[in-house]
Parts: sequence; C-alpha cells; structure tokens
Amino acid sequence: MGSKLETGPNRRGRFGVYGGRYVPETVMFALDELESAYRGFRRDRTFQNELKQYLRDYVGRPTPLYFAERFTEHLGGPKVWFKREDLNHTGAHKINNTVGQILLARAMGKQRIIAETGAGQHGLATATVCARFGMNCVVYMGEEDIHRQAPNVEKMNLLGAKVVPVSSGSATLKDATSEALRDWVTNVRSTFYIIGSVVGPHPYPMIVRDFQTIIGKETRRQSLKQIGHLPHALVACVGGGSNALGLFTAFMSDDKVKMIGVEAGGKGLGSGQHAATIRKGKPGVLHGSYSYLIYDNDGQVVLPHSISAGLDYPGVGPEHSALADIGRVEYGSATDKDTLRAFRLVSQLEGIIPAMETAHALAWVVRNRKKFKPSQHIVVCFSGRGDKDMPILRAESEKHQ
Amino acid sequence: MIAMRGRHKLLVPFFTSGYPKAKGALDLIRAGIDAGADMIEIGMPFSDPMADGPEIQLSSGVALSNGINMTDTLRLVEAVRRYSDIPLVLMGYFNPIFAFGINRFAKSVSTCGADGLIIPDLPFDEADELSRSAVQNNLSCVYLIAPTSSAERVEKIDRACTDFVYAVTVTGVTGAGTRFDRSTDSYLKSLRQRLKKPFVAGFGVSSPASAARLARYADGVVIGSALIRAFRLAKNQRSGLKEVSRLLGDIRHTLD
Repeated sequence: MGSKLETGPNRRGRFGVYGGRYVPETVMFALDELESAYRGFRRDRTFQNELKQYLRDYVGRPTPLYFAERFTEHLGGPKVWFKREDLNHTGAHKINNTVGQILLARAMGKQRIIAETGAGQHGLATATVCARFGMNCVVYMGEEDIHRQAPNVEKMNLLGAKVVPVSSGSATLKDATSEALRDWVTNVRSTFYIIGSVVGPHPYPMIVRDFQTIIGKETRRQSLKQIGHLPHALVACVGGGSNALGLFTAFMSDDKVKMIGVEAGGKGLGSGQHAATIRKGKPGVLHGSYSYLIYDNDGQVVLPHSISAGLDYPGVGPEHSALADIGRVEYGSATDKDTLRAFRLVSQLEGIIPAMETAHALAWVVRNRKKFKPSQHIVVCFSGRGDKDMPILRAESEKHQ
Repeated sequence: MIAMRGRHKLLVPFFTSGYPKAKGALDLIRAGIDAGADMIEIGMPFSDPMADGPEIQLSSGVALSNGINMTDTLRLVEAVRRYSDIPLVLMGYFNPIFAFGINRFAKSVSTCGADGLIIPDLPFDEADELSRSAVQNNLSCVYLIAPTSSAERVEKIDRACTDFVYAVTVTGVTGAGTRFDRSTDSYLKSLRQRLKKPFVAGFGVSSPASAARLARYADGVVIGSALIRAFRLAKNQRSGLKEVSRLLGDIRHTLD
C-alpha cells in the first residue's frame, strides 16, 4: 500500500483491508438501500442546499477558529487554535452528522429513528433533529453512561425521545450499539438507524465522515485567512473517530500537515484499563466492520475503560485503521489523569469548558508541546463542551478528598 | 456433508456451549438427541451477540463467565460425537473464529467431528476465506436468508450454501415473541419454490404448533431460545432437563 489512501471506501466498502459489512442478512437490504439513496443525494443540489441551510441557521455554522492565547502562553510552545465545534447547537460536532442523516431518513420515507449513545452527545443531537422534523426517536444508552451523563438524559427526554437503558455487558457504548443493532434488525423496514460515528457496516463510515468533513473544510479556509498558511498539525480525540476524520479529511492530501488522533489512555496503556484501540488493539470484527479492536485471546471483546463516556468504545472507525497502517495519521493517547488536568487548565485559562473527550486532545498537546517549535501552529478540534461532564468532575473530586 | 433428503422433517435444537455449566451443555445435548433431534446446533458464546435476543444473550453471558473458550467448545463437540453420530453444526460470531485463526478453526472443527458452520454476522459476501477453509475441511457452510433478502440475494445464498439453507422466519433477533401468520406462510412457501436446496426455518419457534406451521414448507425447524427459557424457569437442573426433553418430544410428535 502506498503512503496515500484514496478517498475510500472502495466498491466493497473497504478502506484498504478494513471495513465491510459483517451484519445479519436481515439488514443487508437496508444497507444497499441506504447506500444508493446516499449516493443519489450526494449529487443532488437541492439536498445539498437544504443541508447547507440547516447547518447555517439551525446548527450555527461556520464555527470559529479561535486562537487560544493564554493556553499558548502557558505551554510556551506552539500556537494553539481551537476549532470551536463546542459552539454548535447542542454543544458538539455530533449534530453535523445527525442533520445530514435526518434529511436522508426523511427523503427515504422513514418515520422512526434509532440511535446509540455513549456520552449522550450523539443521542442529544439525534433527539434534537427528531424533534425538529417530527420523527419518533429511540436512543439506546448504557446504564453506566446514564449515570455518568445525567444532564444529557434529561435533555433527550425533554425533546421527546425515549431513552432506553441498556444493562447487558459493560452497560456502556458498545452494548448500547449492540442493542441499537438488534432494534434495527427487528424494525428495519420502518426504521432509520442514525449511527453517531465513523463506525458500523458500510456505508455508515463513509456517510458519517462526509457529513463531518465540513469541520476540516472550514478550518482549512479559516487557517489560510487567519494564520496565513496551513497549520503544522491537527489534533483530535478518537473514540469511534468522527470528529477526527471530520477535521482531517480536507487536509488529507496536504502532505506537510501532520495529523494526530488521540485515544483514551485510561489508567495507562500498560494497565489494561484504557480504550486505546489502535495503539493496543489488533484487527477484528465488531458491529459490522473489520477494524482495530480490543479483544482477548479468545476473541471476546474486552471492556474498555475511559473517564469519558464518549471514548470508551473497544473499536474504531475502519478508515482510521487504514490511516494508521499507512502512517498518514499518528495515533497517540492521553491518560485519565492528564485529561482531567487539561480539562481544568483550559477551563481556567481560556474560560471554555471542554468536553472530557476533547480534553484528551488538549492533554496530548500539553504532554507533547516540546515536539513543536514556538512558531508552529496547531489546530485542536474542540469537539464539544463540558457541561455534561460536571457529574464526572464531582465524582473525581470526591474520590480525592 | 450433511444428508438432508427425504420427507422426514428435521428437528434441530440449539444449545449454547458452556451453558448452564462449563460441562453442563453435554447433558442438555444428550437430552435433545434422546428426544428425537435430527441435528444439533451448538452455539459458540460471544461477548456481543448482535443477532440474538435475551435468552441466547443470557446463555452466552453465563457460558463466558463459566470461562468457556473455543477449545472447550471443541471438546464438547468431541464428547457429543462419542455419544452419537448425529450431524453437528456450530453457530457463532466471526471474531472468536478470526482470533482462533480461520484455517486452524475449520481444521479443528472438522477433526473434532462437527459437520457444518453458521456464522450470523458473516454474510456470504464476506465469507470467502472461511468458506474456502470450510470446503477444504469438508464442512458444510450454512448461510441465512431473511424475509428482507432480495430475490437476487436469495438465489446467491442458495448457491453459496453447501447442503442446506437457514431461513430466518421473522425480521428480528432470535427468540422474538412474534406470532407466525399468513405472511410467514407465504414467505416460506415462496422459498420452497425458489430454493434448489433444502432449508430449515428458525428464530421464534416456541411451541409444537409454531414448529408445525413452519414445517408445512420447511424441511426442518430450529428451536433455541424456548429451550433455554424452559430450562431456566425450571426449579432445578433435573427438572430443567425434563422440561427440555418434553418440549422437544412434543415438537417431534407434531412434526411426524
């Protein structure tokens, strides 16, 4: 394989060797139907214009590229810019994708929407667009996450979504995803499954990436205008990896722009308690695609650990696996401890409370600041805001008192 | 290879390896064979069984907490083989097979005496490597057809299956409480006309009446979740085995 990845996937839904459709036969027709509808809408100007309009007037795009002056001073290293996805409606990048998918669902005549959620940001973004378009919405969420991210659950309920607690397995994102897939297998004729990240069977990794690429397109334009040239590096957290691909894709052929995906290092990569799928996993199959995955010698998926409910997923998007193999993107990690420190630091220096997921990317920058020259510019995808993380912060403070 | 011809309707019970105890599945399988089963499906437990409903999820979870792995399942196959020459088909998800090694898996399965494979998250489109290994090791590949499968896919799946096809009766996961109705009948009837190979029907079989309904068109019926439920709700292991035997015996009776 060369050093560049064609803008995949190929006809068989693969990025390099990764991806595919490892799903029960029952939903195969729905994936075909979705793929052909999506390919049609990608070329349809009316659809694209409508999407653009909702992104502007409803989501609030474009989001600013903000120079984090005091954070930069504190680092004494590279100049750090935040791509402010936290300023989107509902407070994270997730809504870029749900707006796109709800328009697809409507055009395909589906009236019932299901989604999985970890941190609740995707569930919230889905519940929001369902309210806007008058669709029935069911969100699957692990019981553990329901406790960790209570504020988002209340919002989803207010918006009229039904939040179904999932208690099987580890009661987190992976189990919520399995349960959403079971619902889809059962109600596939009437139901549109809005997947929240660049994971799952083809064509989902492609569709979610495409709806998120707006992040990088804007960043590229804003960099040229505000910095005067392209940034030296892009940094984004990676759970499934949608905000990262959203930022990276527009820069893929700019060879000089470095890209760093930051996975959840949990209690440390040697601890066995992390969600660093690319760093510590190996290729395997879960939730419909072949990609890096954390599993034991018997092929059983291992319970991942992260302080953030949005990153503790044992898999990762297949395109990330391909990008890791060819070395186009570098994958690092940040521990829970570093993340909490960065969470507090950026809140206090910039007056912006990052999502715990975003704080992983910020923690990586803090830890790796010496790798960059002071003259270099780094863009961090500020994927979401941290209001939802107050219960986590409270629990951590209590633990240490 | 699995011989399937004849008017006799096949009764195919499903049991999870490692459920209810590490070695307890053997007792259930023996009870199934003694109650008149024609083929046994053995479930290989997986941490994330996305095509399964609550009963099989539960049995899979119990099996894993009993510490069951692929090697234990292969030992179970050998033990069943010592007891009977009944056809044995392994059913499970792809990742444990992939982790074990596809070739090594097919070879071991065949050596231990199993006859076929059903992998619900591996549609024929993705199964090239496994099906090659299966053929080399004389294992029968069974793919699923769903009520939502297109005519084109039905034809391809029919061709891809070695000896017989598995028709999923409902759009749903295993153990769905759905009642079979006229649309189930017409779906199975149309499969009867379209398929060149024999087929068994499964998902949602819970009683002799539901089994008999499917067997009007299908060559056999698979029953899994209802057996686990019957066993689980019994007050002890012995009466659990009895309940399973009785349910299978009743179904056997209505099929004959």
